[in-house]
Amino acid sequence: MSTQAEFSAALHQRAAASEQRLNIHRNNRMASLIEALAIAFPATLRIVGEDYFRGLAAEFVRGQPPRAPLLLSYGDDLPAFITTFAPAADIAYLADVARLEAAVMRAYHAVDDKPLSVCELQWLTQEGAAEVRLTLPPAVFLLRSAFPAATLWERNLAETFVPLTDWSAEDVIVCRPALDVIVRVLPPGAADFLEALMRGQTIGEAAALVATPAFDLSATLAFAFSHCLARPVGA
Amino acid sequence: MTKLPPRAGASFKPQHFGAITAAPKAVGFFEVHAENYMGAGGPPHAMLGKLREEYPLSIHGVGLSIGGEEPLDETHLQRLRVLCQRYEPESFSEHLAWSSHGGEFLADLLPLPYTDDTLQIICEHVERTQAVLGRRLLLENPSLYLSFEESRFAEPEFLSEVVRRTGCGLLLDVNNVFVSSVNLGFDPADYLARLPLAAAGEIHLAGHSAMEDGTLIDSHGAPVLEAVWALYQSVIARAGAIATLIEWDRDIPQWPILLAEAAKADAILQHRPQAA
Repeated sequence: MSTQAEFSAALHQRAAASEQRLNIHRNNRMASLIEALAIAFPATLRIVGEDYFRGLAAEFVRGQPPRAPLLLSYGDDLPAFITTFAPAADIAYLADVARLEAAVMRAYHAVDDKPLSVCELQWLTQEGAAEVRLTLPPAVFLLRSAFPAATLWERNLAETFVPLTDWSAEDVIVCRPALDVIVRVLPPGAADFLEALMRGQTIGEAAALVATPAFDLSATLAFAFSHCLARPVGA
Repeated sequence: MTKLPPRAGASFKPQHFGAITAAPKAVGFFEVHAENYMGAGGPPHAMLGKLREEYPLSIHGVGLSIGGEEPLDETHLQRLRVLCQRYEPESFSEHLAWSSHGGEFLADLLPLPYTDDTLQIICEHVERTQAVLGRRLLLENPSLYLSFEESRFAEPEFLSEVVRRTGCGLLLDVNNVFVSSVNLGFDPADYLARLPLAAAGEIHLAGHSAMEDGTLIDSHGAPVLEAVWALYQSVIARAGAIATLIEWDRDIPQWPILLAEAAKADAILQHRPQAA
């Protein structure tokens, strides 16, 4: 076994008392990985508290150490891990808040999109608009939560936490039309419509699939275009 | 190729962006960790792009694992190449350390035995990096908590040999010299006297913390300590003014506090003539 192979293996073991100096490297490794996750998941951390989060993150690090020297996307798999983390099972909404935070992180670093201008959208008012297919950029993330995930996220980032009174489900969209990441709760039916677009259906087909009576097609399209959620295929 | 000005610079932290743009030209240059700017787009690149227009830039890699016994991560090397092409920094630096093994990133700068074998590996990796990036690399001395019985070189001689063979420069971290000297029991002044200071293109200063048993930890979360300032002054007295970075990566203070640390370094730099 090479020196680095031995050293690398030793970093993953728990320390004996005689190994205090090696322990510094063990601590550095764990602390910097936990810190990267703490920065990416501030609301998740607030919900469970600092000590609990550190324990959860350490367990994640032990099971899924980073493969590449880039930590920007290291937390992508944390939400899935939370669903398997037994001690978190009684906080049913925790994984959804973490999914939302992972999406915020992805949107933050996503490729910059060029906004659509008004004249590019004039076809919308013309005949045949219902036949148009739209593409959604990869940075757009749709979360259909059985919990008020966006409200929980927002309240847990506020300086003072205000408890929730309404625990209704939320459809949440995460996007970054310019420099700021935007998190919005979608109106009724809009998530069904956007999911149909993502599957490649035309505007008309997608709208016809929405069963919610309160669905407002023109408001949803206006929201989608103004937030760079969609552009016509080829635009 | 241009180089960093012989002034004090600061680590760039996004939370300081507003304060920095409100008072232009406050420091001589900024330094960023390369790996934090490897996303596709968004605010990190927007901020760095704006800073780049106003300031000289140092890109500091923390993940290439130049001391790794395995082949260099060519994918990561390409990421660095793209980043350097995009921002054309005055300086690019990496560490005399390893941080990946067996396909895993170990998220720490790990120590090397200073042997003929590691010397050869380091030199090959430095040369490969310089070839891919098309620029001279500055190699930083590590902070050490342990040493290896099989080492055949002391660190200054090891670094001198890497510089001689590859033509790379040094990033002299004075805090690391001090931390290592306490942890491993050597004389930091003697260490510095044996280093080829003419090859130093940049200096790092940072704060450290102490454990109960006296072991020093290179924590980058506090002001620079007096003993480190004293060593720094001796380096500048000998080598002349060299671009000097105040590193502060944990418990990051308000911008004016970081700026005040940079001003202390600038005062020392201005007392000495620039190195020829």
